[in-house]
Amino acid sequence: MSTGKTDYKWVGTRTIRPDGHDKVTGRAKFGSDFSLSGMIHGRVLRSPHAHALIKSIDTSAAEALAGVKAVITSKDFKDQPSELIPAGEAMVNYKDMTRNVMAREKVLYDGHAVAAVAATTVEIAEAALELIKVNYQVLPHVIDVDEAMADNAPILHDDLVPVGMDAKGPTNIAKRVEFTLGDAAKGFEQADVIIERSYSTAAVHQGYIEPHAVVASVAEDGQAQIWCCTQGQFMVRTFVGQLLGMATSSIRVTPSEIGGGFGGKTVVYLEPLATLLSSKVGKPVKMIMSREEVFRASGPTSASTMTYKIGATKAGKITAVDATLKLLAGAFPGSPVQPAAMCAVAPYDVENVHIVGYDVVANRPKVAAYRAPGAPISAFGAESIIDELAKELGLDPLKMRQLNAAKTGTKAAYGPTFRNIGYQETLDAAVAHDHYKAPLGPNQGRGVASGFWFNIGGESSATVNINEDGTAVVISGNPDIGGSRASLAMMAAEELGIDYHDVRPIIGDTASIGYNFLTGGSRVTFATGLAVVEAARDAVRQLCERAAKIWEVDAEGVIWDDGHAKPASTNVGEFDPLSLAQLAAQAAKTGGPISGHNAQNVQGAGPGFATHICDVEVDPETGHVTVLRYTSIQDVGRAIHPSYVEGQIQGGAAQGIGWALNEEYIYNAQGKLDNPGFLDYRIPVASDLPMIEAVMIEVPNDRHPYGVRGVGEVPLVPPMAAVANAIESATGVRMENLPMSPPRVLAAIDAAQLRQAAE
Amino acid sequence: MAKHHVAVSINGEPVEYLCSTRQTLLDVLRDELNLTGSKEGCASGDCGACSVMVDGRLVCSCLVMGAECDGKSIDTIEGMADGEKLHPLQQKFLEEAALQCGICTPGVLVAAKALLERNNNPTETQVRYWLAGNLCRCTGYDKIVRAVMLTAADMRGGA
Ligand code: FES
Ligand code: FES
Repeated sequence: MSTGKTDYKWVGTRTIRPDGHDKVTGRAKFGSDFSLSGMIHGRVLRSPHAHALIKSIDTSAAEALAGVKAVITSKDFKDQPSELIPAGEAMVNYKDMTRNVMAREKVLYDGHAVAAVAATTVEIAEAALELIKVNYQVLPHVIDVDEAMADNAPILHDDLVPVGMDAKGPTNIAKRVEFTLGDAAKGFEQADVIIERSYSTAAVHQGYIEPHAVVASVAEDGQAQIWCCTQGQFMVRTFVGQLLGMATSSIRVTPSEIGGGFGGKTVVYLEPLATLLSSKVGKPVKMIMSREEVFRASGPTSASTMTYKIGATKAGKITAVDATLKLLAGAFPGSPVQPAAMCAVAPYDVENVHIVGYDVVANRPKVAAYRAPGAPISAFGAESIIDELAKELGLDPLKMRQLNAAKTGTKAAYGPTFRNIGYQETLDAAVAHDHYKAPLGPNQGRGVASGFWFNIGGESSATVNINEDGTAVVISGNPDIGGSRASLAMMAAEELGIDYHDVRPIIGDTASIGYNFLTGGSRVTFATGLAVVEAARDAVRQLCERAAKIWEVDAEGVIWDDGHAKPASTNVGEFDPLSLAQLAAQAAKTGGPISGHNAQNVQGAGPGFATHICDVEVDPETGHVTVLRYTSIQDVGRAIHPSYVEGQIQGGAAQGIGWALNEEYIYNAQGKLDNPGFLDYRIPVASDLPMIEAVMIEVPNDRHPYGVRGVGEVPLVPPMAAVANAIESATGVRMENLPMSPPRVLAAIDAAQLRQAAE
Repeated sequence: MAKHHVAVSINGEPVEYLCSTRQTLLDVLRDELNLTGSKEGCASGDCGACSVMVDGRLVCSCLVMGAECDGKSIDTIEGMADGEKLHPLQQKFLEEAALQCGICTPGVLVAAKALLERNNNPTETQVRYWLAGNLCRCTGYDKIVRAVMLTAADMRGGA
């Protein structure tokens, strides 16, 4: 499948992205930038309670307000059957989905949607919300994962039947998963050292700067058009169609430019509401979430508690790992506990592994994917305890990892045997990096950690149209969040043998390109890239046929080389090469428009591994942690556009540093989110961070023509443990709970000093 | 309540608008004047996506009321390029891939331009503190900071 050549003209260069000029001049249209004539505005009424029965909703006063055009509640949505439907990486249950977009019997979290209003202005819509009378019966609530699993916990769903375990009565445990390799008990018998620890991570938000936004317009004939910022226009079409009982063919979804997603825009919130409001009113309806709504009602990722037990020989060989992971799903089942369990020790060749995971509901917003969903959580525990183990054994932490690293041929605890992987290479590069040898000052420390993510393929469709003048248009169907259009155009230019600037990549709406699974799982440059390459090859095949026709030879006698059709050998005949432009100009005479297509369910994603090195300085007076230096080393397969690969790596590290040090959902005693804004939910700002060095290791994925692996998710897996390990190195104090905020670090330092004084 | 009639200059052009008392300058730019280059990430002064210049001062337009702008001169991202020619910062952001999703980019560019007009030789720390009010969730700021410093170096070299 490989192209066999590596002297690429475009692949591996740092081109200017095709959507760049629009984005530096303010022209680019993001979710909330879109408007239609006659458009009215929708707003959502949200629950002030963490858990309450909805006894009644009286919308009459709101409906009577001048300017109000429609009010909807759950009564306007038909109920959905409870069944798990595979939707790409995750399973969805439409019974839960319809209740998440609009609360039905109960509100299950602070911020849960209860009603929505469409009015001529935003002001009127907001005034109308205040006129809606909801009669709640407040119920006891539960926020914490261990409390939610306790026997007398308030129950969110009386009818919840856990998967993978028996329950004695009503429970908040939605699922139990278990992965076993070898025999953990035996493995611990072989161990010279055994360590057991508990960890916790806080719920954090994806934190995209662009709030969710949509414009929906349903015409009198039932044809709906939806413009929104989403990671998957086809996902929106499917979900809206299901929730509103509309045929897929009657919904056309156009993705806007998207201002960040990180997994948080792989679900629907406003889209079904706006579409329903528009169908009631007969006018386009625009809805935008406020930042507060984004925090209270969208995303975040799971909070968790974990226990890890690990054993190793004196020589440093890990003999067994036993772990229990409890991940919060929010109000409805579906935390990423399964991938968390699968990824936990995936970087290591361990013969005996036993991991149990629980998916737990509580009165918080339903979680959404966040970069490598689940893996950063389990890796925080695994990479912390491995670090402690290395220390106990007197081994360098990278050496410890090298001794146990998974290689090509290693059987992973979650099932498969790894094909060509580059984990070892990231460790070797880390050992060799000058960062790892640089001297440290007082109160400074260095930590390392590694991470793994599967990466995925999935359904992709692409079209490559050859224009009359010898340029090309590439149509694909994945919203471009971080430069994927550039990568797709570069691969197409490489295949066609034309200038990158002559390739215009566009992202089609759901009616202009075949189905594409959403932008997620680090799949676009890999899977959709593969579809684009195949579509370009289809176009090249047609170009060769046209040349054969012109030369009156067999098509097999024509090859494509550097943008030209050429005779395969002198036996075919003596012909001057025909350029793509020459062939395009004659297309009408030689058989009509030239258009290559490809649609497939792409397999063969190459797993991604990364190793990070982090230096911190800890202020012993305040507990404040400053990240001084950060290096992320990652096997990227092949970097099609190195700058945007580096960008993914740097951005992931920054998000991880935020997760490690600052970010958390804080709930008050009433179960209300206390910090729904960027002032109190503090994501890293420029002055919090150093430069982040991205080191790209290229172990090409042999199942992609250009060797592409996914790159977008692994960068978020190692940072939390890398920072924790660095803090331990600086202070001797091991932080087991996130975030490692100044008060917590200070308290841990003080406690350690007290312990020392007592000894 | 009656709307306010406001006359301003936006990117050097005279503009008049009517706005309600509760509309911010950002609301006016986006909803009344269709200048959607300035973005709303928070509406509370915390993200900087709405950064514009008012009378030469860098502000969050979500914290300025539309009605209080009468007689003022406003510069937005839409006026940053000189016709066909990108501002050196815009060009450098493209070359250095200092944007991923691009939602923060207009605000970052407006803020960075304000910095370079004040200080054409900022240190990395100065750039980081100046841009601390502009949140970017995608890039980790590395390429943004580099692009600003490289632009400053170019502009000094060319001056
Ligand atoms: S929208 Fe003005 S600072 Fe965020
Ligand atoms: S590029 Fe996405 S927020 Fe900055």
